[in-house]
Amino acid sequence: MADGQYVLEARSVMKIFGNHVALDKVDFGLRAGEVHALLGENGAGKSTLIKILTGAYQPDGGSIHVDDAAVSLDNPLHAQTFGIGTVYQEVNLLPNRSVAENLFLGHQPLRFGFVNFRKMEADARTLLANYDLHIDPASELGMHSVAVQQIVAIARAVQLSGKVLILDEPTASLDRNEVERLFEVVRGLKARGLAIIFITHFLDQVFAISDRVTVLRNGRLIDTRPLDALSRTDVVRLMLGKDIAFSGATDVEPSETPDEVLLEFKGFGRKRSVAPFDLTIHKGEVVGVAGLLGSGRTEVARIMFGADPADQGTVSINGKPTAIRRTTDAIKHGFGFCPEDRKAEGILGDLSVRENIVIALQGKLGWFKALNRDEQLEIAGKFGEAMDIRAASLDMPVKLLSGGNQQKVILSRWLATDPAFLILDEPTRGIDVGAHAEIVRTINRLRDEGMAMLVISSELDEVVAYSSRIVVMRDREMVAELRGKNINPGVIVQAIANHSDEAVA
Amino acid sequence: MKRSLRPLAATAVIFLIAYALSVAQFPGMLSTRVLGNFLTDNAFLGIAAVGMTFVIISGGIDLSVGAVIGFTGVLVAVLISWLGFHPLAAFAIALGVAALFGAAMGLTIHYLQVPSFIVTLAGMFLARGGASVITQDSVPINHEFYRTVSELIIRLPGGGRLSSIGLLMVAVFLLGALLAHRTRFGSYVYALGGNPVSALLMGVPVARTTVQIYMLSSVLAALAGIVFSLYTSAGYPLAAVGVELDAISAVVIGGTLLTGGYGFVLGTFVGVMLLGLVQTYIIFDGTLSSWWTKIVIGVLLFLFIVLQRIIFAASAPGEESPEKS
Ligand SMILES: Nc1ncnc2c1ncn2[C@@H]1O[C@H](COP(=O)(O)OP(=O)(O)OP(=O)(O)O)[C@@H](O)[C@H]1O
Ligand SMILES: [Mg+2]
Repeated sequence: MADGQYVLEARSVMKIFGNHVALDKVDFGLRAGEVHALLGENGAGKSTLIKILTGAYQPDGGSIHVDDAAVSLDNPLHAQTFGIGTVYQEVNLLPNRSVAENLFLGHQPLRFGFVNFRKMEADARTLLANYDLHIDPASELGMHSVAVQQIVAIARAVQLSGKVLILDEPTASLDRNEVERLFEVVRGLKARGLAIIFITHFLDQVFAISDRVTVLRNGRLIDTRPLDALSRTDVVRLMLGKDIAFSGATDVEPSETPDEVLLEFKGFGRKRSVAPFDLTIHKGEVVGVAGLLGSGRTEVARIMFGADPADQGTVSINGKPTAIRRTTDAIKHGFGFCPEDRKAEGILGDLSVRENIVIALQGKLGWFKALNRDEQLEIAGKFGEAMDIRAASLDMPVKLLSGGNQQKVILSRWLATDPAFLILDEPTRGIDVGAHAEIVRTINRLRDEGMAMLVISSELDEVVAYSSRIVVMRDREMVAELRGKNINPGVIVQAIANHSDEAVA
Repeated sequence: MKRSLRPLAATAVIFLIAYALSVAQFPGMLSTRVLGNFLTDNAFLGIAAVGMTFVIISGGIDLSVGAVIGFTGVLVAVLISWLGFHPLAAFAIALGVAALFGAAMGLTIHYLQVPSFIVTLAGMFLARGGASVITQDSVPINHEFYRTVSELIIRLPGGGRLSSIGLLMVAVFLLGALLAHRTRFGSYVYALGGNPVSALLMGVPVARTTVQIYMLSSVLAALAGIVFSLYTSAGYPLAAVGVELDAISAVVIGGTLLTGGYGFVLGTFVGVMLLGLVQTYIIFDGTLSSWWTKIVIGVLLFLFIVLQRIIFAASAPGEESPEKS
């Protein structure tokens, strides 16, 4: 290969965890002034490669080169000195510290050896203004929403990146506008000659911004190619090694004979969270929830599940008025809830994959009917296969799985309880295209088996693929309910954007 | 008010109320004499508690503090009285030994990934055992320097005396506060307590910081041991047993979260003063058994842990809506 063309390069790097080969002689070269997409299924080794390129992991073979000089990166701090800034997939920064400190930790401006807070906060304000984020830099990071925290993480990485910027699924919790803004920043950096690595499972975003792609599969390099010669299908084929059909709107015929009513919410709401709404959910029905981030979608799910109990309105289950004051009430009535922020709310990192899958089921059965190991293995094995969870063994701690595979584990946990009513908040976030299709299929199958579901999603193509009905949220209010032929992305977008409630019936 | 400041504010208010009540009952407690003795009597505890504050903010615990105080006292006494060292040389040696000791604990905690309470528990046995091997008895110190230091006092109006060791404690608190809140090292300590994985990925030098934190704690414990030896003019291997627990109490009462990530060095000062107040009150009363001190401290601790839980649970992260434009 022509020397001198790469600012950051991995030459046949190996990484072995136990007896699992996470990276097998992978070559990767990053040029100045390019956006390089790194793609692959969940568990393909993308994050592992990033961690090796930034000194968070040490390679078991091969070498890292910066500007053609072999380097050994001892830790992320060392990588930062080479001008490599990174947003790691799982990093949550430091929720206990101020926004400004999170931006500048390790590089705080000093005066006479002491941190100059005034300057640090002023700098933070200027920096965040580039992202249209006007928050108090002295406020605690943990007090802000996940999206704000994500932007802070990006801003930190950008500001540290003199030469290379690495973004490992940075857009997972951002809305469209925020993604667009991030892309503007990335384009600006690219024009300044920075090299950028971009990991995502959103193919649209790959095509929107990348110049070249590198595809990994099972820890092996498949290929690196310029993107303009590739179509979507080509990319997917490279990732999966096979074709998959993109499912359009599946024919969910509006059931003329509505099934039995399972749930009936009347004037249900919570002050400062969700305006009161009416909603009836039948057995065997999937209600999709669309709306922008922050429109109150997650809040609807949380009050239904009793995580933030409703303070007005009523709910009846199978015609019987009931109260859901805490999550245990909801679980008793056969509710399941797979939250959006699975990192923080769902994963029990030190427990095994098996335990993580059966724990909710076990909770439902009660501790006197303990599942023995074989039963646990059988259940876990069944879901592991159905969801295509890539783990070396079902007994390995779940924190060692790749980000996407952890999400599949949480999803399996709730599916295993066979709930009467299942709430899924962004079930496909961070999940690769192959498993994506699998989840859509699973939702369809469960619906046909009679389960009622509420699914929140920003992927309009996906919501239309499984919803029998779609409610649209705007400004913490349920503003529209779409059925039948109105279930298509165009109408949804219109309903989200509209400022009055006419349009859709 | 920032929610992390609330427990500290609560401590300060409780201290003022408690002090006012005590004064109402025993007007004699409002005197520079009592206040001066407050500082002198609690100097060694306060200095050790500063180190403990750093350890706890970083998410760890140091159980070896009391033993290090005892060991230092014996080491200093033996060096001066048996081997004829000048006290200042003895102090330097003791601080150096403690620094090595703390570094060894920090290295073990970081590289072997052993929980800090196990490592420092081992450290406690080691230091206490080491002191007892050197001598079983109290070793008196009779040196000119000790007398000079004990005469170094600032007389306050009203008969109070500010001793040099009391002033030393105040200085250690001020420097500790500066280190915790105004330096990069301080921010790393909070980072470790907040989320060690994030801290590592953000580029915090985790190994170095961990070692420095335990070195700091041991060195301050040794300094507390020196102060203790100045205070008692002797070294005794069983001195300061359980002081680590008093230090932990002072830190927690001062508003530092036991789980790490939040806290204030000056909060610990208020915590130490509150513990001192309880003791002084019981002495003034004269009829109460000194075990009451323990009971009151126990109640206070319990109260503060509950208080912190309430404050931190009530304002759980993510409550506020994103303020974007
Ligand atoms: N510390 C670890 N110990 C053991 N196995 C690990 C560890 N880290 C990662 N792995 C394994 O290495 C493989 C690659 O993981 P990696 O996180 O790189 O995947 P990824 O491509 O980033 O996937 P995703 O899209 O889900 O984020 C996975 O099978 C994972 O289980
Ligand atoms: Mg990953």
